Amino acid sequence: MKLNSLTIIAAALAAGLTSAVAGNITGKVTLKGTPPAEKEITQLKDDANCGKMHTEPVKTRFYVVGAGGELADTVVMLKGISGKSTGASATPLIVDQKGCEYSPYVGAVQTGQSIVIKNSDPVLHNVHTQPTVAGNEELNKAQMAGGADLTFNFGKAENFLKFKCDVHPWMFSYVTVCDHPYFAVTGKDGTFTIKDVPAGEYTIVALHRKAAAAGMEQKVTVTAEGAKADFTLEVK
Amino acid sequence: MSNPAQKIWLHRFAVLTALATLGLVGMGGLVTSHGVGMAVPDWPTSYGYNMFALPISTWFTGGVFHEHTHRLWASWVGVLVVALTRWLGGSKSRLPLIVTGLAEIIAGLLLLRLGADWKGAGHFLSGIGSVVLLAGILWVKHEPATRPLPALGWWAFALVQLQGLLGGLRVVLDAQVVASVRLGTALGIFHGCLGQIFLVLLCVIALLTSRWWQVGVQALACSADTLKRELQPSAPLRRLMLATTILIFLQLIIAATMRHQHAGLAIPDFPLAYGKLWPDASTEAVARYNAQRLEIGGENPITSFQIILQMAHRGMAVLILVGVAACAWKAKSSSNARPHPGPLPRERENGSSVLARFTMFWLALVFVQIGLGAWTIWSNKAADVATAHVLVGALSLVTGALASIICFARFTGNTETRVADFSNATPLREVSI
Ligand code: HEM
Ligand SMILES: [Cu+2]
Repeated sequence: MKLNSLTIIAAALAAGLTSAVAGNITGKVTLKGTPPAEKEITQLKDDANCGKMHTEPVKTRFYVVGAGGELADTVVMLKGISGKSTGASATPLIVDQKGCEYSPYVGAVQTGQSIVIKNSDPVLHNVHTQPTVAGNEELNKAQMAGGADLTFNFGKAENFLKFKCDVHPWMFSYVTVCDHPYFAVTGKDGTFTIKDVPAGEYTIVALHRKAAAAGMEQKVTVTAEGAKADFTLEVK
Repeated sequence: MSNPAQKIWLHRFAVLTALATLGLVGMGGLVTSHGVGMAVPDWPTSYGYNMFALPISTWFTGGVFHEHTHRLWASWVGVLVVALTRWLGGSKSRLPLIVTGLAEIIAGLLLLRLGADWKGAGHFLSGIGSVVLLAGILWVKHEPATRPLPALGWWAFALVQLQGLLGGLRVVLDAQVVASVRLGTALGIFHGCLGQIFLVLLCVIALLTSRWWQVGVQALACSADTLKRELQPSAPLRRLMLATTILIFLQLIIAATMRHQHAGLAIPDFPLAYGKLWPDASTEAVARYNAQRLEIGGENPITSFQIILQMAHRGMAVLILVGVAACAWKAKSSSNARPHPGPLPRERENGSSVLARFTMFWLALVFVQIGLGAWTIWSNKAADVATAHVLVGALSLVTGALASIICFARFTGNTETRVADFSNATPLREVSI
């Protein structure tokens, strides 16, 4: 009897320990194939205010890809997890409007996490959210030159929620909303790190606006050492 | 309205109003082509300012320029139309104008008291009301224009206000969804189509106030035979003309639906469609098109519905071309077939081939329109090309509508006095009745 209860306590402890074990998922997203050439945004160049803020031609950012195929702006996230959002206490995602462009072009937040939109330009913009998931609110707010930051947040998970400026119809930012903290966006080197994932088996998915709009999935097993997950996306 | 000089000025004023409206349609087309319908997020204020006091620097910023200019231009057309209504209606229109103006001002003031949500609508109504009241107070005494012109004036009066309201609601209610249709889209389509109907109405007013109509056509009407022979073609041609005009209007509804989805070009190539005669519009194909397209405007993803809509637009263009070509051919052959009886007054000489020339012009417009449609695609929807396509589309509709009216009109009334009216102002030596 005594032995039995000890075993139970030990088992419970072990279980508790395992679930407390967490690791980082790291990986790299590579693009296979030659993406189409980016187009110059001639409307920006022709705009009296915006054109003069650039010396180089401004181009679209569909495939931000390195010499070795390293693909930026890919959102990598765990699938099938919900209700784990810690968005309310997470540090806000800052999106700036500079030179009549949004940066970052692709971002990701949790549900309830603040998205702070700045205007660093000497011209007015308007920030128009265009969610497609019911429950996320479409808002259209003017932001004058030197105007106060605007803060948004969304309650429902949505991939590539579009932010646009109607004054400058080429300005976009796409923010993916997850209802858990296990996601990352690849940088210029194509790599990502999803931090502190509790050990276990998961489906991990990579989303890219052009190369994997519907998402590419694989399985990962996370242990105390973490896990690795590389993706190779193809030009469609 | 017995003052002949006034009649001529009334016509000139009607033409000015119609031209101003054509420009307004173009400006509206430019707003949609640039996708900047929401560049001024509020209404009837602009960035919180009274719309007539928006600082120039804000006005000249990106898409604000198109949207705000469209609003100012529309206000100007509104004032012109109210004046036209007053002019067409004569002194008789004063009382109704005063009553409407006062009612709008009072309704506007009441809305203002309802709270912040109604502030915009309140200012809008009381602003319009003041212009209307002013037109009503204007004491100049004169007779109403010949029928049905006063009634057409009142139609224009009602439509211009409705159109302004729709434009405003399109902005204010943009994001609302009713029965899974986005109001910004639905109201935008409606506003676009009604704008063209409004343009047709003003062109009809311009036609009916013209000397050509009032004297020339009416003079022909005196000898009913001549008229029948020359301006009132065979019933089949008349019906074909009307049917083709209606086709153009349907084409316009299809086109407005295409444009207001803000999905860019649903089919990027022409004359083929995705390299085929009939494009693959399956779900997988559409997903592939969306992945492959490089849309600078970051448009909404295209759907198979939009692909089919553009195919319908292309098919309809063929039907319209056939219809207009048939009209032109028939009008020409029937005008050739009819020998002119005796010496003709100038108006009648014009009248005899007027329909043939009118329909030839119509055919030319449709050719230009198809060329512009193709160019819209080849230019990847350059805003100015797409807008020219909207404008020539509007002109094709107007031409069809005017030609139909000329063919279907019943000419009655006392012609002699009208001829006299005009001949006092500009001698009409050629007219002999
Ligand atoms: C008689 C023939 C035609 C008429 C009357 C016509 C009329 C119009 C009108 C009025 C619009 C603008 C609607 C609005 O914004 O409210 C439009 C849009 C358009 N039309 Fe046509 N059209 C014709 C033929 C064609 C043809 C042959 C093509 C293709 C080759 C074409 C391609 C387009 C496209 C792509 C648009 C959308 C442009 C945009 O989204 O900005 N059209 N058409
Ligand atoms: Cu902007």
